[in-house]
Amino acid sequence: MFAFALENAWLIALLPFIAFAVIGLFLHKWPKISAYFSIFAISVSFVFAAIIGGRVFFTGEAVNYEVAVRWISMPGLQVDMGLLVDGLTAVMLIVVTLVALLVQIYSIGYMDKDPGFASYYAYQSIFAGAMLGLVLANNFGQIFVFWELVGLASYLLIGFWFGRNSAKEAAKKAFITNRVGDFGFLLGILFLQIIFGTLNFSGLAGEIANYANTGLLIVISLLLLAGPIGKSAQFPLHVWLPDAMEGPTPVSALIHAATMVAAGVYLIARALFIFSATPETMLVIAVVGGFTALFAATIAIVQNDIKRILAYSTLSQLGYMVMAMGIGAMTAGMFHLMTHAFFKALLFLGAGAVIYAMHEEQDIWKMGNLSKSLPITTWTFVIGALALSGIPPLSGFWSKDEILLGAFAGGYTGLYVLGTLVAFITAFYMFRLIFVAFFGNNQGGANAVEPPRVMTIPLVVLAFMAVVAGFVGSPLMDYRFADLVTYAGAVHYEASWLVMIVSSLVAIAGIFLAWLIYQKKAISAENIRSRFSGIYKLLYNKYYIDELYQWLIKVFVDGTAKLLFWIDIYIVNGFINALASLASKSGRLLSYAENGQVQTYAAYMFAGIIIILAAVLFGGLAILL
Amino acid sequence: MLNFPILSVTLFLPIIAAIVILLIPRHQEQPIRIIAAVATLISLMLSIIVFFNYDQSLGGIQFIEKIIWTPDLGVSYALGVDGISIPMLVLTTLIGFSAVFASWKIKERVKEFFVLLLILLTGVMGTFLTTDLFIFFLFYEVVVIPIYLMVIMWGSSKRVTKEYAGMKLTIYLLIGSAFLLIGIIMLFIQSYLAFGTPTMDIFALANLPFGTTFQIVVFALMAFGFGTLLSMFPFHAWSPDGYAGAPTAVSMIHAGVLKKIGGYGLIRIGIFILPVGAKVIAPIIAVLAIGNIIYAAFICLSQKDLKYIVGYSSVSHMGYVLIGVAALNLISLNGAIIMMFAHGVMAALFFALIGNLYEKSHTRNIDELGGLAHQMPKLATGLMIAGLASLGLPGLVNFVGEFTIFVGAFSTFKVLTILAVSGIIFTAVYILRTLGTVLFGPRKEEWDHLEDLQGVEMIPLLVLGAAIIIGGILPFGLIDLINSGVGSLIAQIGSMQMGGIL
Repeated sequence: MFAFALENAWLIALLPFIAFAVIGLFLHKWPKISAYFSIFAISVSFVFAAIIGGRVFFTGEAVNYEVAVRWISMPGLQVDMGLLVDGLTAVMLIVVTLVALLVQIYSIGYMDKDPGFASYYAYQSIFAGAMLGLVLANNFGQIFVFWELVGLASYLLIGFWFGRNSAKEAAKKAFITNRVGDFGFLLGILFLQIIFGTLNFSGLAGEIANYANTGLLIVISLLLLAGPIGKSAQFPLHVWLPDAMEGPTPVSALIHAATMVAAGVYLIARALFIFSATPETMLVIAVVGGFTALFAATIAIVQNDIKRILAYSTLSQLGYMVMAMGIGAMTAGMFHLMTHAFFKALLFLGAGAVIYAMHEEQDIWKMGNLSKSLPITTWTFVIGALALSGIPPLSGFWSKDEILLGAFAGGYTGLYVLGTLVAFITAFYMFRLIFVAFFGNNQGGANAVEPPRVMTIPLVVLAFMAVVAGFVGSPLMDYRFADLVTYAGAVHYEASWLVMIVSSLVAIAGIFLAWLIYQKKAISAENIRSRFSGIYKLLYNKYYIDELYQWLIKVFVDGTAKLLFWIDIYIVNGFINALASLASKSGRLLSYAENGQVQTYAAYMFAGIIIILAAVLFGGLAILL
Repeated sequence: MLNFPILSVTLFLPIIAAIVILLIPRHQEQPIRIIAAVATLISLMLSIIVFFNYDQSLGGIQFIEKIIWTPDLGVSYALGVDGISIPMLVLTTLIGFSAVFASWKIKERVKEFFVLLLILLTGVMGTFLTTDLFIFFLFYEVVVIPIYLMVIMWGSSKRVTKEYAGMKLTIYLLIGSAFLLIGIIMLFIQSYLAFGTPTMDIFALANLPFGTTFQIVVFALMAFGFGTLLSMFPFHAWSPDGYAGAPTAVSMIHAGVLKKIGGYGLIRIGIFILPVGAKVIAPIIAVLAIGNIIYAAFICLSQKDLKYIVGYSSVSHMGYVLIGVAALNLISLNGAIIMMFAHGVMAALFFALIGNLYEKSHTRNIDELGGLAHQMPKLATGLMIAGLASLGLPGLVNFVGEFTIFVGAFSTFKVLTILAVSGIIFTAVYILRTLGTVLFGPRKEEWDHLEDLQGVEMIPLLVLGAAIIIGGILPFGLIDLINSGVGSLIAQIGSMQMGGIL
């Protein structure tokens, strides 16, 4: 069965694509059937992924299966469509298919009665398919293809409610911001192709060592890094992700957990053999990640929209993962990617359930006391928040701890302190959200009604995963996860009680502070806000980065556009028109000569003869030849 | 089957149909349309047969037909296709067939319109099918007349009048062809002096080792002539105005295939016959190509008229073709030809849909339109496919061309290629802005009366959309064919030990 699943692993990616095509071409008139077809496809993909992943996980046997068919091929250029299944792929396959499956089931309830129900499922399918194709890829060309298709699917889903201007803008912003990153990524790929003559991972892996620590490889790796910075929404290309919440909430769950932002981190992991060959690039990765983690966490403290808070927490956690990659703790980064996928999908779907129950209300201050009316939603959400905050023994604790351990033991003290600080802030803002929206004295949510079971069951499944998924990488299960996902030369540090205790304590402190301020109201949030109103405004407006970008685009991009158009009209065309009018004016001038009078023509003739005669007389007959 | 003159039939079917239409009374509009549709459909099917029956293992020119025409000038009616011309032939027939349906709703002078359209198609096809320089030039000139008439009779006046647009288009084409003619005559005389017998056969000419200076001069003339046709910066000014003024079918054929005669000519005639000249002039072309890509992409951002956007955008995309041609290696030339095909189907689809929309809404101003995905979901899907193809989304055929060009060009020009790649950002910006403004956003009640694509209006979308998607997902058939053509072209140049291209 395992061999069968492995040999047919291409179906994992292909089935969702088939679902997309079939719904788009034939089924779109029947929304329900479309949904079931899409869910069926992703379920089969999940089963295949589970067989492959389960076998690898339980037996501990390493897999390394690679096949490919040629796609773009000519002498000197070969881009294959291939499959590469190893431990890293297996983990990603399970995460992606499981989250996508649960999101699709949940959406039956959430998207019920939406007029675009069928196309919603078509887009969900292509999203999952593109991500799975990316995960299975065995070369950079193929990764780029699916990378862009993931971008397309996110564009379609973020802009799903295309009648809203905000959704339209957000979708566009996501695509274009990603394109900026892809520009660098594509250049990096071109460099690889030109210098190494191959885009295949294993082919490149053999060559890279010869170029280790060269300036050229630094350039290449930094260019490649631009891709993940865009896709995984790292500073300074993070601006699209918070706006991406304009899509339906289950889509946010998918984007934030499994199918979009995970791609960037996955790419860094997959291409770590390139990045790790240049310490400079690794340092850049670590710093970008660490900075994003802190930067986004500070913004999350002051946001009021439930989805926006979660969005900034995703940015921050992605920063964690990227930082882990940068300090060489690839296993820890991927581990965090996995646990984060489960609890972040849970949190977003939970937020979706709240929004559904509250009739599209997203402001946490207009909610309150949801724990009474929505018990399942509340308690699963709390589990997700605890996991995110890193409270033992939930999944987030183990994975975050691995990253902090990597920083601590690896000698990156600054990043360790930063990571611990972020852990504190994370616990604080998550429980600010929980106390305000789900508990507290506000009664805004007291009369909400729990969503249907088709929505709550995925929450329960994800809550279960958010609790247990961390054990696979914990000392309790002997770091089984590290056997699956590792790369040559990685060091594994012994668990440190100090790191564990400190990270748990700061998380608890964060929760306690949130409780003091928002539940007990022992400290007045109002006072703090008015005392630090400048900082508050800066954070609330996301450091004005969106405004800055908008200004830059308006002045430079649109300004240049207007200037060049002016040049085109008045200089390029002006020159042509001037030439044309010169021709017609000289024509008019010459036309005076053609006045129709025989005498005039006779005079011309006579003049001509005189000139010719004169020429012959002075220059001899040869002048006529 | 072997003796069946498949290329001649493909080539002259439109003309025959035009003659038949001439015999039909003008009020019989439906039969006129049907005859045009049937003739272009058969041409399309025959070209697809050629595509699949071309023997790549043999390579070279196949389906040869040759009739000596004017021995004194060495001119013969010689047809034949290889891996470079077949994609162009299929492109022409695909667009020709679609253009008939995009013109289905023409109301004035239906008879004349279809007669001219069919003559135009034969003219365009002829340039790709012939292996004789003189016949090539002849067909090229045949194209100019119907285009001028069609623009001034069925065109539309916006920023510039259709008379201005038609005149500008025609004069540019004629100036370009004048330079071309000088080049052709120089080639002819020089080869006459070398051979002692007159020849206009492209392959015979390619076997001649012309002197370096001569090659540079003639290639420069041709680069100017073909470059103008390809809307090479800064000789592109005819293109946006021309497309905006032209009726839908002319915009489709012009942007879709006619422009490609420029790229095709540069490769088939310029590089093939004059490789040394090409090598000297190529860097200049590459620099101008960046002008195309970036300059035109920026201008797109400031445009409001849909046709101007697509017009400037096609100028921008031709930059990719130009840099692919200029890089002068197998990969980049392959990419340039894939890109010509890809851009052709994409631009034709864009113009077909914009024409359809304009017919119904009487405006092409993007600020007046908006939210049309509510009323016209099929049209919106079509515009999305064309737009995404335009911005080089993988899975659509344009990506294959762009990627291949980038790889090929990057090994010759580093900085210029980096600039060219930056085009993917600006293209995404203007395409998504335009589509967003036109298709998405709140429903506008003033457009509630617009009917979505239906019946024959769907045909351009289905035919061209299918070409874009199939070519994008399964590009290997097209690539292998093109590679066999470009490969043997480069091998011939290389075997003469004078190009030193590879």
